[in-house]
Amino acid sequence: MPPGPNLARSPQESAGAPAATAGVPAVEAEGLGKRYGARWALAHVDMRLAPGRSLLLLGANGSGKTTLLKLLSTAVTPTLGRIRLFGLDARRDREAARRRLALLSHGAYHYEALTARENLRFACDLTAVPDPRRAVDEALARVGLASRGDDPVRTFSAGMRKRLALARLLVQFPDLAMIDEPYGALDQSGFALVDSVVADLRAAGRTVIVSTHLAERGARLCDEAVVLAGGRVHWRGPAREAPGVFQALGAFE
Amino acid sequence: MTAAERVRQAVTIARKDVLLEWRGRARINAIAFFGVTTLLMFSFAIGPDARTATLYAGAFLWLGLLLSSVLALAESFRVEAENDAVEGLRLLPVDALAMFLGKAVVNAALLFVLALLLLPLAVVLYGAKLDAGVGPIAGVFALGAAGVAAPGTLYAAVTSRIQAREVLLPLLLFPLVVPVLLAAVKATGLLMLGDPMGQVGSWTQLLVGFDVVYWILGSLLFARVIEE
Repeated sequence: MPPGPNLARSPQESAGAPAATAGVPAVEAEGLGKRYGARWALAHVDMRLAPGRSLLLLGANGSGKTTLLKLLSTAVTPTLGRIRLFGLDARRDREAARRRLALLSHGAYHYEALTARENLRFACDLTAVPDPRRAVDEALARVGLASRGDDPVRTFSAGMRKRLALARLLVQFPDLAMIDEPYGALDQSGFALVDSVVADLRAAGRTVIVSTHLAERGARLCDEAVVLAGGRVHWRGPAREAPGVFQALGAFE
Repeated sequence: MTAAERVRQAVTIARKDVLLEWRGRARINAIAFFGVTTLLMFSFAIGPDARTATLYAGAFLWLGLLLSSVLALAESFRVEAENDAVEGLRLLPVDALAMFLGKAVVNAALLFVLALLLLPLAVVLYGAKLDAGVGPIAGVFALGAAGVAAPGTLYAAVTSRIQAREVLLPLLLFPLVVPVLLAAVKATGLLMLGDPMGQVGSWTQLLVGFDVVYWILGSLLFARVIEE
């Protein structure tokens, strides 16, 4: 598989890993907490991820995986704690931090009445992607939507919408990619597509965080893992050991 | 973010909103139907009293526009709430000011187009006179539409995440746009009925003043509203 297309960046940038200051973590969170009403969705989370590393997030439903990704991506402001992305304060330098990240979320961020091509082109135009037409065509081809590029998204199945979200991630090809439940609604070829996109990101030196219930599959993609339970970090360690921990956690939960 | 980048993003967002509108034409159809119905109801309520109808033609026109504007403004953020598109915009990242300007300009344009569509109906139903020419009246429409669109876009964003948004949006918006509405009604009325005292200029200046205040406030506050 070739390295990531890095459609959003110049060929020079595509060729190598993203600029990273030596010793500065890609993700650094201290005392992170998020409260919705009286309920703490996430509490006392500390984490650190070096540039170019990949992290697997495991946890049962409601364990706080999506909340953590929303916080780390700056989509949601934490109630407590501090986040630094590539040394940038996620609250104070939010715009600069956002320029280096992308979140593939449940919401998918599409406009139903626009075609797949128009949705991607819109994202390209907003981020000043060079040669957006080529970038969109390549991304659509990569995710298997080339023949449906001119169809409105409202006619798409859930799996096709997920593929389109992956295409948007490819167009952005961020320094920090956060991917929430990427396998949901996808068929077997879609599973392989997700794996290859993550592999491309990693090969290009990007930092990747993947949240999934497919522990074994996720463990094959990532270096490190965090298992969440009840909004707290239950375990952290090498990704290859995470499925066993997750399974055991499931047994007593 | 540079000013050029901001303008580029605002234009991209405005273009997307126009494209979405063109695809569905849901908003323009809904607000046109609502506006026409409102003007017809006022006409029936007044009955055969042609003098009263002509006297208040400007007021009826603006009331129709104001009531229709709620539909238009709410819809402008419904499409952003769908599939969390607004979160996608924030994370790209799109500048909050660019987002506000892009959306508010399209909302103002939509209200302006509706005003132009309703004007012939006001002539037919109320005997509204266009002796001053369509140009000056269209100018007042543009200023009034801008005065409603700026706070309307801000409040539409505020209420887009609330379940009772259809109720809350007019509750928040209507009191705020009373000065704009008063100035627009007076200026339109004077242009239709004649302006022997030369008051149109004063009302237009007031309209411009509120437009400037609302657009500045909207630009400053939108970032706080749009971020969770």
